[in-house]
Amino acid sequence: MSLYEWLLFLHVLAAFAMVAGLAAYGVLVLGRRGDAVRRAVGPAALGLWNAGGLGVLVLGIGLALEVDAYALWDGWILAAIVLWLVAAAAAGPLGRGLRAGATAVDAGRARLLLAVMALATAALLIDMIFKPGA
Amino acid sequence: MVAAIRPDAWNLPLLVHVSGAMLLVAALVVVVALMAGALRRGDGATVLTGLAFRGLLVGVLPAYVVMRGGAEWIASEGAWGEPAWIGIGYATADGGLLLSIIATVLAWRAARRGADGPGGLGRAVVVLSVVLLVAYAVTIWAMTAKPS
Repeated sequence: MSLYEWLLFLHVLAAFAMVAGLAAYGVLVLGRRGDAVRRAVGPAALGLWNAGGLGVLVLGIGLALEVDAYALWDGWILAAIVLWLVAAAAAGPLGRGLRAGATAVDAGRARLLLAVMALATAALLIDMIFKPGA
Repeated sequence: MVAAIRPDAWNLPLLVHVSGAMLLVAALVVVVALMAGALRRGDGATVLTGLAFRGLLVGVLPAYVVMRGGAEWIASEGAWGEPAWIGIGYATADGGLLLSIIATVLAWRAARRGADGPGGLGRAVVVLSVVLLVAYAVTIWAMTAKPS
């Protein structure tokens, strides 16, 4: 496998992990908020979202540097970085609240943060596939 | 560099396919976490088992339909032939559906055990789901590296 194929494979795998973390956050925020559910799904939410998100960013930048047709200052890549930052900013308080305990984040605020994470992640996926301006 | 030269007409079906695949994997991961949690501890096992069953029923199976529908859609857009990476995709998709249905039935039966906990049925659901996740990781490699 070439470096490009490795970077693309791991970048996409990281994106899958990020979405899995988002789904786990969804169960915690929208589902029953019992302690058993938090203990079962909480580590998956934190670990997959954080590791996946970091992998998506680092490997995505690696791809942009590796592929001659892409540049870091392309509009669709800059848009992706902004969307990543929006998703990460929303996930921060939710993750800290998850570590602190079930009632650390107000339910309404938790739903709002989850919605921002979900919308930013969906927009990120659309941006990655359609590559507007590329 | 297929991504760089992909025709625009493929973008929407690819979005549907990838979205479905991501939701499918995400739902499976949540099912594994829930059922493993149900197996580990007594308190909340009934709730966790029920949620794992619902994750398979309203998460994994509908996401599979979206993923598979998107795959057929994008396959109809291009003359792909039968390269190895498409064969891997079809094999894991078809086998994955069977395993997903079996896991759903087992999770339903585990959920009906109530306070007794999921037991061996729950362990079987976890094993099947992990097997599916490994198979899908191989599929992601095939879809991105496109070995032929």
